Amino acid sequence: MPSFIYVASCDGCGQCVDICPSDILHIDKTMRRAYNMEPDYCWECYSCVKACPQNAVDMRGYADISPLGHSVTVARKPDEGKISWKIKYRNGQTKEFTFPIRTTKFGSIKSPAELEIRAQIDDQLLSHEPEIIGAVEIPVLRGKLQ
Amino acid sequence: MITRSGKSTRYVDSDVLIIGGGMAGCGAAYEARYWGKKLKIVLVEKANIERSGAVAMGLSAINLFLGLKWNENKPEDFVKYARNDLMGVIREDLLYDIARHVDSTVHLFEEWGLPIIKDESTGHYKREGRWQVLIHGESFKPIVAEAAQKSATEIYNRVMITHLLMDRDHPNRIAGAAGFSVRDGTFYVFRAKAAIVASGGATHIFRPRSVGEGAGRTWYSPWSNGSAYALLIKAGAEMTQMENRLVVTRFKDGYGPVGAWFLALKAVAKNAYGEEYERKYVEEQRKLYGNYVDSKPFPTCLRNDSMLREVKAGKGPILMHTEEVLNTEEKEKEGWEDFLDMTVSQSIVWASQNIDPKDRPAELQASEPYVMGSHATCAGAWVSGPEDLSPKEYFWGYNRMTTIEGLFGAGDTVGASAHKFSSGSFTEGRIAAKAAVKYIQDHSDFAPHLDDQYIKELKGEVFRPLETYEIYKNVIVRGSVSPAYLYPNQGVLRLEKIMDEYCGGWGQFYTTNSVLLNRGIELLGMLREDLPKLAAENLHQLQRAWELDHRVWTAEAVIRHTLYREETRWPGYYYRSDFPALDDKNWHVFVNSRYDPYKGSWSLNKKSMINLVE
Repeated sequence: MPSFIYVASCDGCGQCVDICPSDILHIDKTMRRAYNMEPDYCWECYSCVKACPQNAVDMRGYADISPLGHSVTVARKPDEGKISWKIKYRNGQTKEFTFPIRTTKFGSIKSPAELEIRAQIDDQLLSHEPEIIGAVEIPVLRGKLQ
Repeated sequence: MITRSGKSTRYVDSDVLIIGGGMAGCGAAYEARYWGKKLKIVLVEKANIERSGAVAMGLSAINLFLGLKWNENKPEDFVKYARNDLMGVIREDLLYDIARHVDSTVHLFEEWGLPIIKDESTGHYKREGRWQVLIHGESFKPIVAEAAQKSATEIYNRVMITHLLMDRDHPNRIAGAAGFSVRDGTFYVFRAKAAIVASGGATHIFRPRSVGEGAGRTWYSPWSNGSAYALLIKAGAEMTQMENRLVVTRFKDGYGPVGAWFLALKAVAKNAYGEEYERKYVEEQRKLYGNYVDSKPFPTCLRNDSMLREVKAGKGPILMHTEEVLNTEEKEKEGWEDFLDMTVSQSIVWASQNIDPKDRPAELQASEPYVMGSHATCAGAWVSGPEDLSPKEYFWGYNRMTTIEGLFGAGDTVGASAHKFSSGSFTEGRIAAKAAVKYIQDHSDFAPHLDDQYIKELKGEVFRPLETYEIYKNVIVRGSVSPAYLYPNQGVLRLEKIMDEYCGGWGQFYTTNSVLLNRGIELLGMLREDLPKLAAENLHQLQRAWELDHRVWTAEAVIRHTLYREETRWPGYYYRSDFPALDDKNWHVFVNSRYDPYKGSWSLNKKSMINLVE
């Protein structure tokens, strides 16, 4: 069922419920743990898998597409700015990859409220322009305009 | 029992109201704060902004970056490229405007910490194709969301906007929007001096190829439900190019991206018998579609067309020869990252089916159609362009303002402006926000007034599916079959069936004609009449009910536009079998429409395509 939750690992914290873009993870009131209530609206986006502090959320490929016996697991490490994947084939073959995710610290972006306004509301410049594109002005269309 | 009388109403006042927290909405929040330091900026998001919109999963490339700093391209080059790709019909003022600003957005992304891959010899961004740059984009959305979180005064997650609200005293002036909390059922009424719709395009309008669990694996995100269009249509805004739905060629079933494989790794697609086919039909295509077949690069829809011809001829499957190009460890890593950053499902499909791209080719397939304004397609609202670029026919005071006063659009919402992708959508949000701030400054004496009676009625309408369920649930023993109501998922299946079979979905090889379209309009009309009988057992289903409502309205615009345009402008996206050729003499124009919310009627018209770039 695209994403699913291991009953032995889930503690019902709700972080997967909070992040799911499709609103399909909910807490089962009897089990007091999360479950995927609408697997055919799951994009397999892994937001829930990445958010789970207990590693309780996993993915099983869509039943109408994917033969059983595979797994694609992930460890996202925001503090280290990287993400690692492990792909296990149905035939047992494995592949592992690690990629960077961010070059700055999470939370480090400055609010544009702190930036001085240097252009005019009536002109065509946006914030940071034109310096950020290494120019003294933004391009202007010359020619056919009446 | 949850009924509408038990729901509290919360009013929220704002200066700038941003609807949707995807790429465009985040760009709007950032720029609105820059120009409006003291304004109250409110952003409303159906999901959680940290992982919402089409970029929720991440991206492996930024598909629009000019490289102005390094003289790599000029805005004129981009206009020509996108115009050719859309078979000659595009708003050049909007495209040029995106092109001149998009680099500043991409450089900002890098400054914020998005890892953009560099060419080691030049220090410039590494190119995937002429317009694309490669990124390590797993955290693209959290990074962009952080910029919005730092900018907006308030962000409301898990609030779905169902309706735009017009001013009580000015019927064509925006005054806010209404919706509900998917978590606690609060009815929200946002009042605003200016609003920016930055919502998503639409999946699940046409029947997807996978209809079981795999229905969720549409190429474009399943939570994109056409709010970008339905909100505006229902409010009476003029729309454009809604017939221009998008079909993409992707790896079969997982819909993994092919860009890096084609452009960076130089893999080739061939038919089942190892023959290249892309230019095989060029003379037949020329007879029908004219000199557009000579456009370089070959337009996206014509590439689809070549493939569909080949498949119809029984020469499928179409195979991407990955095994011919993955000859180094670095290339293998690049190929896999393309999936893991943005379409993990493709890795699952290959792992589960023992497909190692190093050893064997992989199947390609044309997707179900999607309705979008940001990719190789341009459905959306008819908006004003920028003052310094737009001819008078395309300019009415404020950049990216729709035909409703004070209502702006960005991203998938804005029509006739294709190839924006993530960076261009964020950029368009910035452009729209600056204009919205100017609009507020110019109209500083305006305060929005809502019609209290209408708000009361609207609240009843928004929560009606919950009430319908409570009233009628005990008529039947149990189960989902009731003569009194329809569940949202049942309505979606009916919508998908109608659109697939009558409006040129994959089940009909993307082909339709006026008889089919008129019948489709009749059936869609009945579905629209059934919408007040939707039932929801809980708030999650209430969200699905309103998503369906927005999908149905979007679909109606698509099918009416498709009927109106009597030609085949984008073969490979859809075909009019009764008008199989492209007809520049009569149809080198935009098709616009307007739904009159007071009369309940549609009107369609042609708008001139004005050429600004040679």
